[in-house]
Formats: sequence, C-alpha cells, structure tokens
Amino acid sequence: MRDFSYLRATSTDAARQAAALPGAMLLAGGTTLIDLAKCGVAEPDTLVDITHLKGLDRIAVDERGATIGALARMGHVADHADIKSRFPAISEALWQAASAQIRNMATIGGNLMQRTRCPYFRDPANFAACNKRVSGSGCSAIGGVTRGHAVLGTSEACIAMYPGDLATALVAFDATVHLGERKLLVDDFFLLPGTTPDREHAIEPGEMITAIAIPGSAAARRSTYLKIRDRQSYEFAAASAAVGIEFEADGRTIRDLRVALGGVATKPWRVRAVEDALKGKVLEPETVRAASLLAVEGAVDHGANHYKIELAPRVVARAILKLGETA
Amino acid sequence: MAGIAVSTTINGDITEYLCQPDETLLDVLRDRLGLTGAKEGCGTGDCGACSIILDNRLVCSCLVLGAEAEGRRIETVEGMAHGDQLHTLQQKFLEHAALQCGICTPGFLIAAKDLLAKNPDPSEEEIRFGLAGNLCRCTGYDKIVRAVQDAAIVMKGA
Ligand SMILES: Cc1cc2nc3c(=O)[nH]c(=O)nc-3n(C[C@H](O)[C@H](O)[C@H](O)COP(=O)(O)OP(=O)(O)OC[C@H]3O[C@@H](n4cnc5c(N)ncnc54)[C@H](O)[C@@H]3O)c2cc1C
Ligand code: SF4
Ligand code: FES
Ligand code: FES
Repeated sequence: MRDFSYLRATSTDAARQAAALPGAMLLAGGTTLIDLAKCGVAEPDTLVDITHLKGLDRIAVDERGATIGALARMGHVADHADIKSRFPAISEALWQAASAQIRNMATIGGNLMQRTRCPYFRDPANFAACNKRVSGSGCSAIGGVTRGHAVLGTSEACIAMYPGDLATALVAFDATVHLGERKLLVDDFFLLPGTTPDREHAIEPGEMITAIAIPGSAAARRSTYLKIRDRQSYEFAAASAAVGIEFEADGRTIRDLRVALGGVATKPWRVRAVEDALKGKVLEPETVRAASLLAVEGAVDHGANHYKIELAPRVVARAILKLGETA
Repeated sequence: MAGIAVSTTINGDITEYLCQPDETLLDVLRDRLGLTGAKEGCGTGDCGACSIILDNRLVCSCLVLGAEAEGRRIETVEGMAHGDQLHTLQQKFLEHAALQCGICTPGFLIAAKDLLAKNPDPSEEEIRFGLAGNLCRCTGYDKIVRAVQDAAIVMKGA
C-alpha cells in the first residue's frame, strides 16, 4: 500500500470536511477500500475513519418503511427481525453476499460504494488500460476474458459488471440514498458508464452517505432475492433477481410487481418492461416465462458472457414463480 | 516515524502498541505483538486465515488497519487454550484430524468459536454456511464440519 495518513473522525461534519480534501477518502468497513489500496487501485493520501462515529448504525422499521444508517453492518441488517419480515429480499440479498467475516465488517454506506470486480480494473500492475481507473486509457476487458462482464448498460468505454447484491434489491423497491439532506433514488445514484466510467455514483466531494430509506409496500413484504453463482455460497452473482409481488384479492392476478437484475448489468438494473408486461395478468408459468425475456432486451454480449443473456430471464421467471407458490 | 499510539484489549489483556497508518491489524498482531496464530493467506478478505474477533464480530484482520483498533476488544486464537488445557474446539480438531498443513486452522478455530457462541446448536448446513469465509486447501472440509459438530455437543453439555 502506498503511504497514507490516518484520521479518526469525531463527527459527521468533520468527516465530510476532511474527506472533501483532495486525496482523502472515507474509511468504513475497509473491505473494498483496503483491498483496493493493496492492489494499487485506490491511492489515498488520507483515510478518514468513520467507524467510531456514534448513532449512524441505527435501523428503524415501521409501517411506512425502513431507514438504515450508513454504518449499519451488512450482517446486522440481514439478521434484523423487521427487515426479514417486511423486506425479505433485502435480508436475503445480504445473507447471500460475501462471508460472515465480510458481512460483519462491511457497512451499508460502503456497500453502495463498492467497486466492480473486473479483474483488469483490479490489476493496474499488469493492465494499464482501464477507462474506469484512468479515463481515456482504453479497456482491457473488451477483447479479453469477459465471462463476468455485463451484458446490459455497457458502453464502448467500459463493460464492467456492478457486483453488489444489496443495491439490486434496493432499486426494486424504490429506495433512496440519503447524503445528509440531499436524497436520491438508488436508481439515480448509480450512473451508467457511458463515456465516463470513472464516475460511478452521483455523489460529490464533501458528501457522505448517511442512510438509506426503503418505502414499505405489499410487494416488498412478499419479496425474494434469487442469486445464481458458480458455487453455492461466498461468490458474486452470475445472475440474480430481486422480485416482489402483490396480488389482487383473488390471489392470482398481479397487482404490483417489482423486478431488478444483478450480476448482468453495469449498475443495479430495474426491469420495468417485465413489471409492466405482467401487471394485471394472472400468474401462469408460460406468461411469466415469456414476459421475463423482456428483462434482457437490448443486451449485448462479449463472447464468454453470452450465457448471462439466457440465464437472467430464467432467474427472473423462477423468482416470480417461487413467490406465486407461497400464496 | 513515531507512529500512531493504539490502546486495545487483546485476549483480556490491556495492550498498547505503536503502528504506522498503513499497517494492517494482522501485521500488528504478527510482527509487533508476536501473535502469529492469525495467518495471511490472501490479504484480500477471501480466505479467512487472518480471522479474529473484534468487539464480538468475526472479521478478517488483513482488511482492518491497526490504527482502527483503538478502544476495541480483540480475541485471537492464542486466547482459546488455557495453559495446557486446549479449548474443546481445538481438542476436537485434533481428534477428528481436521487439519493437515494447519495454515487455515487458527482461522477456522476462531470462526467456529464465534459461530458456536451465536448458535450453540447449529445444523450441518449452518456450520457450512457460517464457515464459508474460511478456505482450506487440504482437508476437504468434512472433518472440520464433524469436529465442530462434535465440539458443539460437548460444549452444550458443559
Ligand atoms: C471476499 C469478498 C467477497 C465479497 N462478496 C460480495 C458479494 O457476494 N456480494 C456483495 O454485494 N458484495 C460482496 N463483497 C463486497 C462487500 O460487500 C463490500 O466490500 C462492502 O460492502 C464495502 O463496505 P465497507 O464498509 O467495507 O466499505 P469501505 O471499503 O470502507 O469503503 C468502500 C468505499 O466507500 C466509501 N465510503 C464508505 N462509507 C461511505 C459513506 N458513508 N459515504 C460515502 N462513501 C463511503 C469509501 O471511501 C470507499 O471508497 C465482497 C467483498 C469481499 C472482500
Ligand atoms: S471493463 Fe471497465 S473496469 Fe474493466 S478494464 Fe474495461 S474499462 Fe476497466
Ligand atoms: S488473509 Fe485475510 S482473508 Fe485471507
Ligand atoms: S489444513 Fe491446509 S489449508 Fe486447511
């Protein structure tokens, strides 16, 4: 790691101010930041440790929704009784992420800021070209090994996959990110790579994530997160789906549906086309399977990641049908 | 360079050390404090060989800075045995031959200790899920799972 200085923040305002200085970065659980500092991707001059701040780890849940402090740990949120009962997809997404150790360390704020696992991005010593690291330097992945790369939301500059599970569930349920007073929908917080893949989040210097808020809904209450991966646990998604459903009084006709994809796109990927195609319809396997194909409309593969285009709609369909069974 | 003064409790003893800002807690434990139980397998959070318990949370010490430990309570594998008296988990790892090269073992022991503290009666699936963050390249995991199951039975009865 390159030399940096260490500062323990004593208040949220002090943390924001210190982190606004050039070369300074906030340090929460460190599971992304220390990792990236070791491989030379992150080169901070100062780390501002916010883990000693009090009160930012609160989890509050009621009828209207949930508010989760930025310093709440992934494992704590996953295990929270009211999150489990009112937002099962959120809890399941967190349970299926990483390992016990990482979930005990990683915070919700840091989780939203986690970076891509693109192996070229993570290896500056061997791959100089990466537009996400150095704007204009090129992309080593295009024409390289692309099994884990995105098929949706890509650009000519970058095809890196967004790897997080939590944000995939958050975007399905219209969650907002709180940057102090400023509030942004999770969908707007994550940016498409376009010509500026180095800019991933709509967060400005001097801003800090203080909380996330998730509105309560019947669809959130009846929701699930289905994650398909190369091994059963402790692996990033090959494709995943966060799905929530609300039926009419007949218990078969879909009143509300939420669908988001993980593991296949450059950002957490809400698929309203599938939602719109199924709202008002009776839940039938054929109808669901046909509509789920809309999840990958416009997908573009780069060879080895082609399988994601076939896999993703099946994951969506299976998740929706699973929720139908638990009537 | 003077370094950052940190005051912690390690295995029940108040411990103070000086460290550099970019030194991990794993490096501090091993190189400054001589607690070489925790190992560096990967340095990236993937293998769990560096597992310790920090304020009641099982964590990878390779991704924690030494400076972050100020005021925290640390438990390492060195705190598990009492003199010659091995911890039940250590005893069961021996009896079940749940180790070969031993590099992963301190991490597994401390992770299993944390698991049983939170869930004294885990199913096999819960053990496998709970220990998924610890990788072993030798044993094939089965003997480790048996050792933890057996230890859980003994520890519940105790
Ligand atoms: C081995 C391993 C396996 C993993 N597997 C998965 C997985 O299966 N699924 C998954 O979703 N994730 C996985 N992860 C990623 C993990 O979830 C993230 O690393 C973690 O959530 C980051 O949180 P943190 O608190 O450790 O962030 P840090 O590393 O402390 O910070 C990350 C970034 O966020 C910034 N930051 C931190 N807090 C704030 C804040 N409040 N406001 C603004 N900026 C902030 C930091 O400056 C830094 O740039 C894995 C990670 C590892 C190491
Ligand atoms: S896909 Fe994106 S992150 Fe990966 S090498 Fe190309 S530009 Fe960098
Ligand atoms: S050395 Fe820390 S997880 Fe491998
Ligand atoms: S015994 Fe060798 S790695 Fe586990």
